Amino acid sequence: MRKFILAVSTALAVGLVTPTTATASTPAEDVKAFQQYFYDKFPNVAKDDFKDGVYALNKDFREQWENTEEFPPYEDNIAKGEEMFNTPFANGKTYADCLLNGGTGTRHLYPYFDKDSGKLKTLEGEINACRKANGEKPLKYKKGAMPTLTAYIADTSRGNVINIKVSNDDRDLAAYEMGKRQFYMKRGQLNLSCADCHVTNSGGYARSDLLSPALGNLSHFPVYRHKWSALGTPHRRFGGCNKNIRAKPFKAQSDEYKSLEYFLMVMANGVEANGPSSRK
Amino acid sequence: MKIRLISSAASVVALLGVLASPVAFSGSHGGALEEGKRLAFDRKLGNCLTCHMIAGGNAAGNLGPPLIAMKARFPDKKMLRAQIWDSNVANPSSAMPPFGRHNILTEKQIDLVTDFIHSL
Ligand code: HEC
Ligand code: HEC
Repeated sequence: MRKFILAVSTALAVGLVTPTTATASTPAEDVKAFQQYFYDKFPNVAKDDFKDGVYALNKDFREQWENTEEFPPYEDNIAKGEEMFNTPFANGKTYADCLLNGGTGTRHLYPYFDKDSGKLKTLEGEINACRKANGEKPLKYKKGAMPTLTAYIADTSRGNVINIKVSNDDRDLAAYEMGKRQFYMKRGQLNLSCADCHVTNSGGYARSDLLSPALGNLSHFPVYRHKWSALGTPHRRFGGCNKNIRAKPFKAQSDEYKSLEYFLMVMANGVEANGPSSRK
Repeated sequence: MKIRLISSAASVVALLGVLASPVAFSGSHGGALEEGKRLAFDRKLGNCLTCHMIAGGNAAGNLGPPLIAMKARFPDKKMLRAQIWDSNVANPSSAMPPFGRHNILTEKQIDLVTDFIHSL
Protein backbone atom coordinates (compact mmCIF):
# COMPACT_ATOMS: atom_id res chain seq x y z
CA MET A 1 0.00 0.00 0.00
CA ARG A 2 1.28 3.43 -0.88
CA LYS A 3 2.11 5.53 2.17
CA PHE A 4 -0.31 8.33 2.18
CA ILE A 5 0.51 11.28 4.33
CA LEU A 6 -1.44 14.31 3.58
CA ALA A 7 -2.09 17.32 5.69
CA VAL A 8 -4.69 19.13 3.67
CA SER A 9 -7.23 17.42 1.53
CA THR A 10 -9.52 18.52 -1.25
CA ALA A 11 -12.71 19.04 0.66
CA LEU A 12 -11.72 22.00 2.78
CA ALA A 13 -14.54 23.15 4.95
CA VAL A 14 -13.45 26.42 6.44
CA GLY A 15 -16.86 27.72 7.37
CA LEU A 16 -18.24 26.83 10.73
CA VAL A 17 -21.02 24.36 11.45
CA THR A 18 -22.54 25.05 8.07
CA PRO A 19 -19.49 25.11 5.82
CA THR A 20 -21.11 27.15 3.08
CA THR A 21 -21.16 30.66 4.52
CA ALA A 22 -19.72 33.06 1.98
CA THR A 23 -18.87 35.88 4.36
CA ALA A 24 -16.35 35.23 7.10
CA SER A 25 -17.91 35.20 10.56
CA THR A 26 -16.36 36.96 13.52
CA PRO A 27 -14.92 34.88 16.37
CA ALA A 28 -17.76 36.03 18.63
CA GLU A 29 -20.33 34.87 16.07
CA ASP A 30 -18.48 31.58 15.73
CA VAL A 31 -18.56 30.99 19.49
CA LYS A 32 -22.28 31.53 19.59
CA ALA A 33 -23.05 29.23 16.65
CA PHE A 34 -20.60 26.58 17.88
CA GLN A 35 -22.07 26.41 21.35
CA GLN A 36 -25.66 26.57 20.14
CA TYR A 37 -24.99 23.61 17.85
CA PHE A 38 -24.13 21.43 20.85
CA TYR A 39 -26.94 22.77 23.02
CA ASP A 40 -29.38 21.85 20.24
CA LYS A 41 -27.74 18.50 19.58
CA PHE A 42 -27.71 17.49 23.24
CA PRO A 43 -30.79 19.13 24.77
CA ASN A 44 -30.59 16.83 27.81
CA VAL A 45 -27.04 17.81 28.72
CA ALA A 46 -26.85 20.66 31.24
CA LYS A 47 -24.73 23.49 29.83
CA ASP A 48 -22.43 23.27 32.83
CA ASP A 49 -21.64 19.63 32.08
CA PHE A 50 -19.85 20.20 28.78
CA LYS A 51 -16.68 20.73 30.83
CA ASP A 52 -16.71 16.97 31.47
CA GLY A 53 -16.24 16.04 27.83
CA VAL A 54 -17.47 12.60 26.86
CA TYR A 55 -18.81 12.01 30.39
CA ALA A 56 -21.46 14.65 29.85
CA LEU A 57 -23.09 12.33 27.33
CA ASN A 58 -23.47 8.93 28.98
CA LYS A 59 -24.65 8.11 32.53
CA ASP A 60 -22.87 4.74 32.83
CA PHE A 61 -19.54 6.08 31.61
CA ARG A 62 -20.01 9.07 33.88
CA GLU A 63 -20.56 6.90 36.95
CA GLN A 64 -17.46 4.82 36.27
CA TRP A 65 -15.48 8.00 35.79
CA GLU A 66 -16.81 9.59 38.97
CA ASN A 67 -15.69 6.48 40.86
CA THR A 68 -12.19 6.86 39.43
CA GLU A 69 -12.14 10.52 40.33
CA GLU A 70 -12.75 9.73 44.00
CA PHE A 71 -9.14 8.57 44.19
CA PRO A 72 -7.75 10.45 41.22
CA PRO A 73 -4.83 8.79 39.46
CA TYR A 74 -3.23 12.24 39.04
CA GLU A 75 -3.23 13.16 42.72
CA ASP A 76 0.48 12.51 43.19
CA ASN A 77 1.20 14.48 40.05
CA ILE A 78 -0.48 17.55 41.49
CA ALA A 79 1.66 17.30 44.62
CA LYS A 80 4.80 16.85 42.53
CA GLY A 81 3.79 19.75 40.31
CA GLU A 82 3.35 21.97 43.34
CA GLU A 83 6.80 21.06 44.54
CA MET A 84 8.24 21.86 41.11
CA PHE A 85 6.39 25.12 41.05
CA ASN A 86 7.75 26.19 44.43
CA THR A 87 11.31 25.02 43.95
CA PRO A 88 13.47 28.01 42.93
CA PHE A 89 15.66 27.81 39.82
CA ALA A 90 19.44 27.75 40.28
CA ASN A 91 19.43 31.56 40.12
CA GLY A 92 16.93 31.82 42.95
CA LYS A 93 13.99 32.94 40.81
CA THR A 94 10.74 30.99 40.55
CA TYR A 95 7.96 30.32 38.05
CA ALA A 96 5.88 32.84 39.98
CA ASP A 97 8.34 35.53 38.93
CA CYS A 98 7.77 35.12 35.22
CA LEU A 99 4.42 33.43 34.55
CA LEU A 100 1.19 35.35 33.99
CA ASN A 101 -0.40 36.59 37.26
CA GLY A 102 2.15 34.76 39.37
CA GLY A 103 1.42 31.46 37.66
CA THR A 104 -1.34 29.85 39.71
CA GLY A 105 -5.05 30.06 38.92
CA THR A 106 -4.33 30.81 35.28
CA ARG A 107 -4.98 27.60 33.26
CA HIS A 108 -8.16 29.05 31.78
CA LEU A 109 -6.33 32.11 30.36
CA TYR A 110 -4.23 30.16 27.81
CA PRO A 111 -3.55 30.33 24.95
CA TYR A 112 -3.66 34.08 24.59
CA PHE A 113 -2.45 36.47 21.91
CA ASP A 114 0.57 38.53 22.89
CA LYS A 115 0.62 41.95 21.20
CA ASP A 116 4.35 42.53 21.68
CA SER A 117 5.52 39.42 19.86
CA GLY A 118 2.41 39.04 17.70
CA LYS A 119 2.29 35.38 18.72
CA LEU A 120 0.08 32.99 20.65
CA LYS A 121 1.31 32.07 24.11
CA THR A 122 0.45 28.64 25.47
CA LEU A 123 0.94 27.62 29.08
CA GLU A 124 3.52 25.01 28.11
CA GLY A 125 5.35 27.45 25.86
CA GLU A 126 5.47 30.07 28.61
CA ILE A 127 6.76 27.58 31.14
CA ASN A 128 9.71 26.81 28.89
CA ALA A 129 10.24 30.49 28.07
CA CYS A 130 10.41 31.11 31.81
CA ARG A 131 12.89 28.28 32.31
CA LYS A 132 15.08 29.49 29.46
CA ALA A 133 15.06 33.07 30.75
CA ASN A 134 16.36 31.69 34.04
CA GLY A 135 19.04 29.49 32.55
CA GLU A 136 17.18 26.19 32.96
CA LYS A 137 16.77 23.45 30.37
CA PRO A 138 13.36 23.30 28.65
CA LEU A 139 10.91 20.50 29.51
CA LYS A 140 9.53 18.08 26.92
CA TYR A 141 6.16 19.29 25.67
CA LYS A 142 3.94 16.20 25.64
CA LYS A 143 4.47 14.18 28.80
CA GLY A 144 6.45 13.89 32.01
CA ALA A 145 7.44 16.95 34.03
CA MET A 146 5.53 19.40 31.81
CA PRO A 147 2.00 18.07 32.40
CA THR A 148 2.96 17.42 36.03
CA LEU A 149 3.59 21.12 36.47
CA THR A 150 0.52 22.12 34.45
CA ALA A 151 -1.59 19.65 36.49
CA TYR A 152 -0.79 21.74 39.56
CA ILE A 153 -1.51 24.99 37.74
CA ALA A 154 -4.79 23.54 36.40
CA ASP A 155 -5.75 22.33 39.86
CA THR A 156 -5.31 25.85 41.24
CA SER A 157 -7.54 27.11 38.42
CA ARG A 158 -10.54 24.84 38.99
CA GLY A 159 -13.81 26.67 38.70
CA ASN A 160 -12.38 29.63 36.79
CA VAL A 161 -14.35 30.32 33.66
CA ILE A 162 -12.63 30.23 30.29
CA ASN A 163 -12.81 33.67 28.73
CA ILE A 164 -10.37 34.24 25.89
CA LYS A 165 -11.23 37.11 23.57
CA VAL A 166 -9.79 37.35 20.10
CA SER A 167 -8.70 40.95 19.50
CA ASN A 168 -8.93 42.98 16.30
CA ASP A 169 -5.19 42.70 15.72
CA ASP A 170 -4.69 41.20 12.26
CA ARG A 171 -2.10 38.77 13.58
CA ASP A 172 -4.51 37.60 16.27
CA LEU A 173 -7.26 37.09 13.72
CA ALA A 174 -4.85 35.22 11.46
CA ALA A 175 -3.90 32.87 14.31
CA TYR A 176 -7.57 32.30 15.07
CA GLU A 177 -8.37 31.57 11.42
CA MET A 178 -5.46 29.14 11.24
CA GLY A 179 -6.81 27.25 14.22
CA LYS A 180 -10.28 27.18 12.75
CA ARG A 181 -8.92 25.80 9.52
CA GLN A 182 -6.94 23.15 11.41
CA PHE A 183 -10.15 22.10 13.09
CA TYR A 184 -12.33 21.84 9.99
CA MET A 185 -9.95 20.58 7.34
CA LYS A 186 -10.07 16.95 6.38
CA ARG A 187 -6.70 15.28 6.73
CA GLY A 188 -4.86 12.01 6.63
CA GLN A 189 -5.38 8.88 4.63
CA LEU A 190 -8.76 8.40 6.32
CA ASN A 191 -9.78 11.91 5.27
CA LEU A 192 -11.35 13.02 8.54
CA SER A 193 -11.42 16.41 10.22
CA CYS A 194 -11.52 17.05 13.96
CA ALA A 195 -15.03 18.34 13.33
CA ASP A 196 -16.11 15.13 11.58
CA CYS A 197 -15.64 13.27 14.86
CA HIS A 198 -16.15 15.94 17.53
CA VAL A 199 -18.92 18.01 15.90
CA THR A 200 -20.91 16.16 13.23
CA ASN A 201 -20.55 12.73 14.82
CA SER A 202 -20.16 13.71 18.47
CA GLY A 203 -22.43 11.54 20.57
CA GLY A 204 -21.99 8.70 18.07
CA TYR A 205 -19.92 5.59 18.47
CA ALA A 206 -16.76 4.74 16.53
CA ARG A 207 -16.61 1.02 17.42
CA SER A 208 -17.24 1.27 21.16
CA ASP A 209 -15.72 4.73 21.58
CA LEU A 210 -18.25 7.45 22.29
CA LEU A 211 -17.17 10.66 20.56
CA SER A 212 -17.03 13.72 22.79
CA PRO A 213 -18.40 17.12 21.79
CA ALA A 214 -15.70 19.62 20.82
CA LEU A 215 -17.27 22.10 23.22
CA GLY A 216 -15.23 21.64 26.39
CA ASN A 217 -12.71 19.32 24.72
CA LEU A 218 -9.79 21.01 26.47
CA SER A 219 -11.34 22.52 29.60
CA HIS A 220 -9.99 19.73 31.81
CA PHE A 221 -6.42 19.37 30.56
CA PRO A 222 -3.89 18.06 31.28
CA VAL A 223 -5.52 14.62 31.40
CA TYR A 224 -4.34 11.41 32.96
CA ARG A 225 -5.13 8.68 30.44
CA HIS A 226 -5.31 5.08 31.58
CA LYS A 227 -4.15 4.15 28.11
CA TRP A 228 -0.98 6.18 28.69
CA SER A 229 -0.77 5.39 32.43
CA ALA A 230 0.36 8.99 32.61
CA LEU A 231 -0.54 12.60 32.07
CA GLY A 232 -0.51 14.28 28.70
CA THR A 233 -0.79 17.82 27.36
CA PRO A 234 -3.39 18.91 24.78
CA HIS A 235 -0.83 18.62 21.98
CA ARG A 236 -0.09 15.03 22.94
CA ARG A 237 -3.79 14.30 22.45
CA PHE A 238 -3.93 16.15 19.13
CA GLY A 239 -1.05 14.02 17.90
CA GLY A 240 -2.90 10.84 18.89
CA CYS A 241 -6.10 11.89 17.14
CA ASN A 242 -4.05 12.70 14.02
CA LYS A 243 -2.23 9.39 14.02
CA ASN A 244 -5.49 7.48 14.37
CA ILE A 245 -6.61 8.82 11.02
CA ARG A 246 -3.17 8.21 9.51
CA ALA A 247 -2.25 11.86 9.26
CA LYS A 248 1.26 12.99 10.07
CA PRO A 249 1.00 14.76 13.43
CA PHE A 250 2.42 18.25 13.77
CA LYS A 251 5.03 18.92 16.44
CA ALA A 252 3.85 19.83 19.91
CA GLN A 253 3.89 23.64 20.13
CA SER A 254 3.92 24.02 16.36
CA ASP A 255 1.94 27.01 15.09
CA GLU A 256 -0.65 24.52 13.79
CA TYR A 257 -1.33 22.96 17.19
CA LYS A 258 -1.05 26.23 19.10
CA SER A 259 -3.68 27.78 16.86
CA LEU A 260 -5.87 24.66 17.09
CA GLU A 261 -5.70 24.85 20.88
CA TYR A 262 -6.52 28.57 20.68
CA PHE A 263 -9.57 27.91 18.51
CA LEU A 264 -10.90 25.18 20.83
CA MET A 265 -10.36 27.28 23.95
CA VAL A 266 -12.02 30.34 22.38
CA MET A 267 -14.98 28.14 21.44
CA ALA A 268 -15.14 27.08 25.10
CA ASN A 269 -15.64 30.61 26.41
CA GLY A 270 -17.98 30.38 29.36
CA VAL A 271 -17.01 26.78 30.20
CA GLU A 272 -15.38 26.13 33.57
CA ALA A 273 -11.78 24.98 33.73
CA ASN A 274 -11.75 21.69 35.67
CA GLY A 275 -8.42 20.01 35.10
CA PRO A 276 -6.65 17.84 35.61
CA SER A 277 -9.00 14.98 34.84
CA SER A 278 -8.83 11.27 34.10
CA ARG A 279 -9.76 9.61 30.83
CA LYS A 280 -9.77 6.17 29.27
CA MET B 1 0.70 -25.24 15.47
CA LYS B 2 -1.26 -25.58 18.69
CA ILE B 3 -4.82 -24.47 18.75
CA ARG B 4 -5.61 -23.26 22.24
CA LEU B 5 -8.97 -21.73 21.87
CA ILE B 6 -11.59 -21.66 19.24
CA SER B 7 -14.04 -19.02 20.23
CA SER B 8 -16.79 -19.24 17.71
CA ALA B 9 -18.34 -21.42 15.13
CA ALA B 10 -17.26 -18.92 12.51
CA SER B 11 -13.59 -19.35 13.31
CA VAL B 12 -13.99 -23.12 13.13
CA VAL B 13 -15.42 -22.75 9.68
CA ALA B 14 -12.67 -20.35 8.66
CA LEU B 15 -10.04 -22.66 10.04
CA LEU B 16 -11.48 -25.69 8.30
CA GLY B 17 -11.56 -23.63 5.14
CA VAL B 18 -7.84 -22.98 5.42
CA LEU B 19 -6.92 -26.52 6.39
CA ALA B 20 -9.07 -28.17 3.75
CA SER B 21 -8.03 -28.45 0.15
CA PRO B 22 -7.25 -25.17 -1.64
CA VAL B 23 -10.35 -25.80 -3.73
CA ALA B 24 -12.37 -24.22 -0.94
CA PHE B 25 -10.79 -20.85 -1.77
CA SER B 26 -10.01 -20.91 -5.43
CA GLY B 27 -13.16 -20.44 -7.38
CA SER B 28 -15.53 -21.06 -4.49
CA HIS B 29 -17.88 -18.13 -3.99
CA GLY B 30 -17.99 -18.72 -0.23
CA GLY B 31 -14.22 -18.33 0.03
CA ALA B 32 -14.23 -14.99 -1.77
CA LEU B 33 -17.05 -13.72 0.42
CA GLU B 34 -15.12 -14.79 3.53
CA GLU B 35 -12.11 -12.89 2.27
CA GLY B 36 -14.26 -9.80 1.62
CA LYS B 37 -15.61 -10.06 5.14
CA ARG B 38 -12.12 -10.38 6.58
CA LEU B 39 -11.03 -7.26 4.68
CA ALA B 40 -14.14 -5.35 5.78
CA PHE B 41 -13.69 -6.23 9.45
CA ASP B 42 -9.89 -5.91 9.72
CA ARG B 43 -9.01 -2.78 11.74
CA LYS B 44 -6.01 -2.05 9.53
CA LEU B 45 -7.90 -2.48 6.25
CA GLY B 46 -11.61 -1.79 5.71
CA ASN B 47 -12.44 -1.35 9.37
CA CYS B 48 -16.04 -0.76 8.27
CA LEU B 49 -17.24 -1.87 11.73
CA THR B 50 -15.88 1.35 13.19
CA CYS B 51 -18.88 3.07 11.68
CA HIS B 52 -21.34 0.42 10.43
CA MET B 53 -23.28 -2.38 12.02
CA ILE B 54 -22.63 -5.45 9.89
CA ALA B 55 -24.04 -8.93 10.51
CA GLY B 56 -21.38 -11.12 12.09
CA GLY B 57 -19.30 -8.21 13.44
CA ASN B 58 -18.87 -7.26 17.09
CA ALA B 59 -18.63 -3.87 18.80
CA ALA B 60 -19.76 -1.97 15.73
CA GLY B 61 -20.03 1.81 15.74
CA ASN B 62 -22.99 3.80 14.45
CA LEU B 63 -21.55 6.77 12.56
CA GLY B 64 -22.93 5.36 9.31
CA PRO B 65 -26.14 3.42 8.58
CA PRO B 66 -26.32 -0.33 9.33
CA LEU B 67 -25.28 -2.27 6.25
CA ILE B 68 -28.33 -4.44 5.72
CA ALA B 69 -30.55 -5.24 2.73
CA MET B 70 -27.80 -4.01 0.46
CA LYS B 71 -29.23 -5.44 -2.76
CA ALA B 72 -32.39 -3.41 -2.21
CA ARG B 73 -30.42 -0.26 -1.51
CA PHE B 74 -27.88 -0.84 -4.27
CA PRO B 75 -29.55 -2.84 -7.05
CA ASP B 76 -26.58 -1.81 -9.20
CA LYS B 77 -23.43 -3.22 -7.62
CA LYS B 78 -21.34 -0.62 -9.47
CA MET B 79 -22.98 2.11 -7.41
CA LEU B 80 -22.04 0.32 -4.21
CA ARG B 81 -18.46 -0.02 -5.39
CA ALA B 82 -18.40 3.69 -6.24
CA GLN B 83 -19.60 4.59 -2.72
CA ILE B 84 -16.79 2.55 -1.20
CA TRP B 85 -14.17 3.81 -3.68
CA ASP B 86 -14.93 7.47 -2.99
CA SER B 87 -17.72 8.43 -0.59
CA ASN B 88 -17.03 12.11 -1.25
CA VAL B 89 -18.64 11.98 -4.68
CA ALA B 90 -22.08 11.43 -3.18
CA ASN B 91 -21.37 13.57 -0.12
CA PRO B 92 -18.36 15.93 -0.22
CA SER B 93 -18.31 16.22 3.56
CA SER B 94 -18.83 12.50 4.21
CA ALA B 95 -17.09 11.11 7.27
CA MET B 96 -16.54 7.86 5.37
CA PRO B 97 -12.95 7.43 4.17
CA PRO B 98 -12.47 7.29 0.37
CA PHE B 99 -11.07 3.77 0.27
CA GLY B 100 -10.09 3.79 -3.39
CA ARG B 101 -9.16 7.42 -3.94
CA HIS B 102 -6.85 7.40 -0.91
CA ASN B 103 -5.39 3.96 -1.58
CA ILE B 104 -6.64 2.54 1.70
CA LEU B 105 -7.64 -0.64 -0.12
CA THR B 106 -6.41 -1.95 -3.47
CA GLU B 107 -8.80 -2.26 -6.42
CA LYS B 108 -8.90 -6.01 -5.89
CA GLN B 109 -9.65 -5.60 -2.19
CA ILE B 110 -12.45 -3.17 -3.00
CA ASP B 111 -13.96 -5.73 -5.39
CA LEU B 112 -13.92 -8.34 -2.63
CA VAL B 113 -15.38 -5.97 -0.02
CA THR B 114 -18.07 -4.85 -2.49
CA ASP B 115 -19.10 -8.45 -3.16
CA PHE B 116 -19.28 -9.17 0.56
CA ILE B 117 -21.29 -6.04 1.39
CA HIS B 118 -23.62 -6.67 -1.56
CA SER B 119 -24.34 -10.13 -0.16
CA LEU B 120 -25.71 -8.69 3.09
C1 HEC C 1 -11.81 9.20 13.97
C2 HEC C 1 -12.40 10.05 14.95
C3 HEC C 1 -11.61 11.20 15.52
C4 HEC C 1 -11.00 12.26 14.88
C5 HEC C 1 -10.93 12.53 13.39
C6 HEC C 1 -10.46 13.11 15.92
N1 HEC C 1 -10.71 12.58 17.14
FE1 HEC C 1 -10.32 13.44 18.94
N2 HEC C 1 -11.02 11.78 19.89
C7 HEC C 1 -11.59 10.68 19.29
C8 HEC C 1 -11.95 9.70 20.30
C9 HEC C 1 -12.62 8.35 20.04
C10 HEC C 1 -11.57 10.26 21.54
C11 HEC C 1 -11.75 9.64 22.93
C12 HEC C 1 -13.16 9.83 23.40
C13 HEC C 1 -13.50 11.29 23.54
O1 HEC C 1 -13.21 11.89 24.59
O2 HEC C 1 -14.02 11.86 22.58
C14 HEC C 1 -11.00 11.57 21.24
C15 HEC C 1 -10.54 12.47 22.22
C16 HEC C 1 -10.10 13.75 21.96
C17 HEC C 1 -9.72 14.70 22.97
C18 HEC C 1 -9.69 14.45 24.47
C19 HEC C 1 -11.02 14.80 25.06
C20 HEC C 1 -10.99 14.65 26.55
O3 HEC C 1 -12.02 14.96 27.18
O4 HEC C 1 -9.99 14.27 27.14
C21 HEC C 1 -9.38 15.86 22.33
C22 HEC C 1 -8.92 17.14 22.97
C23 HEC C 1 -9.54 15.62 20.92
N3 HEC C 1 -9.99 14.33 20.72
C24 HEC C 1 -9.30 16.56 19.94
C25 HEC C 1 -9.26 16.25 18.58
C26 HEC C 1 -8.75 17.15 17.58
C27 HEC C 1 -8.26 18.56 17.85
C28 HEC C 1 -8.82 16.50 16.39
C29 HEC C 1 -8.30 16.91 15.07
C30 HEC C 1 -6.92 17.27 14.98
C31 HEC C 1 -9.44 15.21 16.65
N4 HEC C 1 -9.66 15.10 17.99
C32 HEC C 1 -9.76 14.28 15.68
C33 HEC C 1 -11.82 10.53 17.94
C34 HEC C 1 -11.39 11.40 16.95
C1 HEC D 1 -15.36 6.71 9.73
C2 HEC D 1 -16.68 6.28 9.39
C3 HEC D 1 -16.93 5.25 8.29
C4 HEC D 1 -16.19 4.16 7.90
C5 HEC D 1 -14.87 3.65 8.48
C6 HEC D 1 -16.93 3.53 6.83
N1 HEC D 1 -18.08 4.23 6.58
FE1 HEC D 1 -19.51 3.76 5.20
N2 HEC D 1 -20.56 5.46 5.70
C7 HEC D 1 -20.23 6.32 6.72
C8 HEC D 1 -21.23 7.38 6.78
C9 HEC D 1 -21.23 8.54 7.76
C10 HEC D 1 -22.17 7.10 5.77
C11 HEC D 1 -23.45 7.91 5.43
C12 HEC D 1 -23.37 8.57 4.08
C13 HEC D 1 -22.26 9.59 4.01
O1 HEC D 1 -22.25 10.56 4.79
O2 HEC D 1 -21.39 9.43 3.14
C14 HEC D 1 -21.71 5.88 5.09
C15 HEC D 1 -22.38 5.28 4.04
C16 HEC D 1 -22.03 4.05 3.52
C17 HEC D 1 -22.78 3.35 2.48
C18 HEC D 1 -24.05 3.87 1.84
C19 HEC D 1 -25.22 3.35 2.60
C20 HEC D 1 -26.52 3.82 2.01
O3 HEC D 1 -27.49 3.10 2.16
O4 HEC D 1 -26.53 4.88 1.39
C21 HEC D 1 -22.15 2.17 2.23
C22 HEC D 1 -22.56 1.10 1.25
C23 HEC D 1 -20.99 2.12 3.08
N3 HEC D 1 -20.95 3.27 3.85
C24 HEC D 1 -20.07 1.10 3.12
C25 HEC D 1 -18.89 1.09 3.85
C26 HEC D 1 -17.87 0.07 3.76
C27 HEC D 1 -17.97 -1.16 2.90
C28 HEC D 1 -16.86 0.44 4.60
C29 HEC D 1 -15.53 -0.22 4.85
C30 HEC D 1 -14.77 -0.67 3.73
C31 HEC D 1 -17.26 1.69 5.23
N4 HEC D 1 -18.50 2.05 4.73
C32 HEC D 1 -16.52 2.39 6.18
C33 HEC D 1 -19.14 6.24 7.55
C34 HEC D 1 -18.12 5.29 7.46
